[in-house]
Amino acid sequence: MKPVLTCRDIKVDFDGFYALKGVNLNVFHEEVRFLIGPNGAGKTTLLDVICGKTRATNGQVIFEGSGQIDKMQEHKIASAGIARKFQAPSIFPKLTVFENLELSVKQKKSVWALLTAKLNSEVKAKIDYILEKINLQNERNREAGELAHGQKQWLEIGMQLIQEPNLLLLDEPIAGMSGVEREKTGYLIHDIAKECSVLVVEHDMDFVRNFSKQVTVMHEGAVLCEGSMAEVQENEQVVEVYLGRGKKVC
Amino acid sequence: MKNISRSSYALLFIFLLCAPLFLHDFRVALLAKFLCFAILAVGICLIWGYTGILSLGHGVFFGLGAYCVAMYLKLEASPTGIPDFMGWSGIVELPGLWKPFANPYFAISAAVIVPVLLALVLGYFTFKNRIRGVYFSLISQALVVVFVTLFIGKQEITGGTNGLTNFSTAFGISLTNRGVQQVLYFITVGFLLLTVAFALWLTKSRAGKLLMAIREGENRVRFLGYNPTSFKVFVYCVSAALAGVAGGLFVLQVGMISPEMMGIIPSIEMVLWVAVGGRYSIFGAVIGAILTNSAKSFFSESYPDFWLFFLGGLFILVVLVMPNGLVGLGKSVGEKITSRIKKKEKEDVQHEAGPYVS
Ligand SMILES: Nc1ncnc2c1ncn2[C@@H]1O[C@H](COP(=O)(O)OP(=O)(O)O)[C@@H](O)[C@H]1O
Ligand SMILES: [Mg+2]
Repeated sequence: MKPVLTCRDIKVDFDGFYALKGVNLNVFHEEVRFLIGPNGAGKTTLLDVICGKTRATNGQVIFEGSGQIDKMQEHKIASAGIARKFQAPSIFPKLTVFENLELSVKQKKSVWALLTAKLNSEVKAKIDYILEKINLQNERNREAGELAHGQKQWLEIGMQLIQEPNLLLLDEPIAGMSGVEREKTGYLIHDIAKECSVLVVEHDMDFVRNFSKQVTVMHEGAVLCEGSMAEVQENEQVVEVYLGRGKKVC
Repeated sequence: MKNISRSSYALLFIFLLCAPLFLHDFRVALLAKFLCFAILAVGICLIWGYTGILSLGHGVFFGLGAYCVAMYLKLEASPTGIPDFMGWSGIVELPGLWKPFANPYFAISAAVIVPVLLALVLGYFTFKNRIRGVYFSLISQALVVVFVTLFIGKQEITGGTNGLTNFSTAFGISLTNRGVQQVLYFITVGFLLLTVAFALWLTKSRAGKLLMAIREGENRVRFLGYNPTSFKVFVYCVSAALAGVAGGLFVLQVGMISPEMMGIIPSIEMVLWVAVGGRYSIFGAVIGAILTNSAKSFFSESYPDFWLFFLGGLFILVVLVMPNGLVGLGKSVGEKITSRIKKKEKEDVQHEAGPYVS
C-alpha cells in the first residue's frame, strides 16, 4: 500500500541541538496513527516540519499528490491537504464560532475569491454538519474567545475537518479536557479517520490505549519503535525510557 | 445593535447634508476639510483596527494624492505654462514629470494610483518578508522621512517647503466661489458616503473576516491555507487609495499642500483620530476624525498654545481609559443603561407577581 505521508530521515538542528535526529515515518490511508514519547522527544517538532512551520535541516517530506512538500510555503502545504491543530487552542477569539468555521471551509483562498464569496446554502450546510459533529450548534453565534477550554479545542478540530484535509495533524487534542470530553474527542477522531488520515500526538496513556491501533514511540529525536499498543508496551527500550523518567506505560 | 449603528449613520449623514443650512460658510469649509480626513481615517481603521497593522506613515499617501491634484491646479494657474516657483529656480522648460498633469483626468487618477502603487511595492516587500508589528511601524515612519526630505530637497520640482499653492481654478471654474465651495462640500460628503459603504461591505465580506483573523493570529491563517501577504498588501493599498482620495479632495478645498502636512506629526495625528473615535469601528473612525479636528480648530482659535497639551492628554486618555474610543465608551454606557432598565423591569415584574406567588 502506498503511504499518504512519508518522512525520510528528517533532521532538525536548533543551533547545534538536534531535536530530530533522522526520523522515518509512513502514514497510510484511513489510518489513525498515535505518536507518543516523553516530553521533549520531538513530537511537536515533527508535526511542525510536516506542516512547514519549522524547516528540516535534512531529509524529505513527501505527500501523496503533491510530491516533496518540505520546501513549500505553509499556506501551500495547507492547501495541498494537510491540516494542523496546535497544542494550545489557536482559534480566532474575536470572531464567532460560525465565522471561524466559515473561514476554514475548503474554498479558493485568494483575495478576490474571498471578496466575492457568498454564504450559500452549501457552505451553510457544511458548517451546520461540522457544528453538530463538534457539539457546538448552540454556540454558533458566540465569540470563540468566550468558549470553555474543551469547546475551543473542539472548535479547532472542527476548523481542521471543514478544510476536508487528506491528513490531519493533532497535537495533544485532549489536553485540559474532562473525562467525558476526552471520550467524545476519542470517538470524534475515529469518526474523522473515515475521511482522512490522522496523526495524533498524545500524552495520556489511557487515551492512547483506548483509541489507538498503530503507535509510534519517539525518544530524543528518533523513532524508538512502532506497532500496536500491546506490542509497544512489551518493548524493553520503551519500558526503560518511560520507567527511566518515572513514568509507566501501563 | 444593528439598528443602533444604522441610525447613527443616518443621523450623521443627515447632519452633514443639512450642515450648510445652519453653519457659517467658514465653518462649512472647515467641516469639508474634516470630512477629507474622515475618508482617510476609514482607511486607517481598516488597516489598523481590522487588520492590526499600525501604519504611522499615511501622511505620505495623503500628500501624494494632494500633490497629484495640486500639480494640475498649479499648471492651470500658471499662464506661462511653467509654475512660478520653477521660474525662480531658473527652470524654463516644464519637467517631464509634470507634463501629464496638465490633464485633469490624469491628475485625478494619479491621486489614487500613485499612492496605491507605492503601498503595493512597499507592502509587498515588507509583508512578504514577514516584517510586522513595531518594525513595520518604524518602516512606515522612515517612508515619511524619505518623502518629506525628498519633497523639501527637490524644490525646483516640488515647490520645496512652501509646497504647492496659489491656485484658484479647476476646469476653468473659480474654486473660491461660494457656490463652487458648496458643491465641493457635497461632493466630499458623497465620497465619504461611498467610502463608508465600501468599508462596511468589505468588513462584512468573508475577506473582511479574514482581515480580522490576521489581526488575531497571522500564523494561524497560514495553516488554514491563506497567504496573509496578499491580504495585507490588499488592505494597505485600499487604505492608501482612500488617503489619496482624501488628499485630492483636500487640496481642491484648502488650496494648498506642503511637505509639513504629510510629515511625522500629521501621520501620527491621523492614527490618533481613529483611536479617539474607536479603532474597531468605521463609524468611530469617521466621528473621531471630525471631532478631534473640531477640537483642534477650537483650541487653535481660542487657546493656540494648548492644542499640543490637549493632544497629548487625549492620547493618554484614550490609551488608558478608552481603548475602544468614543464608540466603545458609548457602547458600554448604553449597555449599562439597558441592563439597568432590564433589572428595573424584572423588579417591577417581581413586585407585580408578588402577591400571586405567595
Ligand atoms: N524553537 C526551538 N528552539 C530550540 N529548541 C527547541 C525549539 N523547539 C523545540 N525545541 C527543543 O526540541 C526538543 C523537542 O521539542 P518538542 O518537539 O516540543 O517535544 P515534544 O513535543 O515531544 O514534547 C525539546 O528539547 C525542545 O526544548
Ligand atoms: Mg509537544
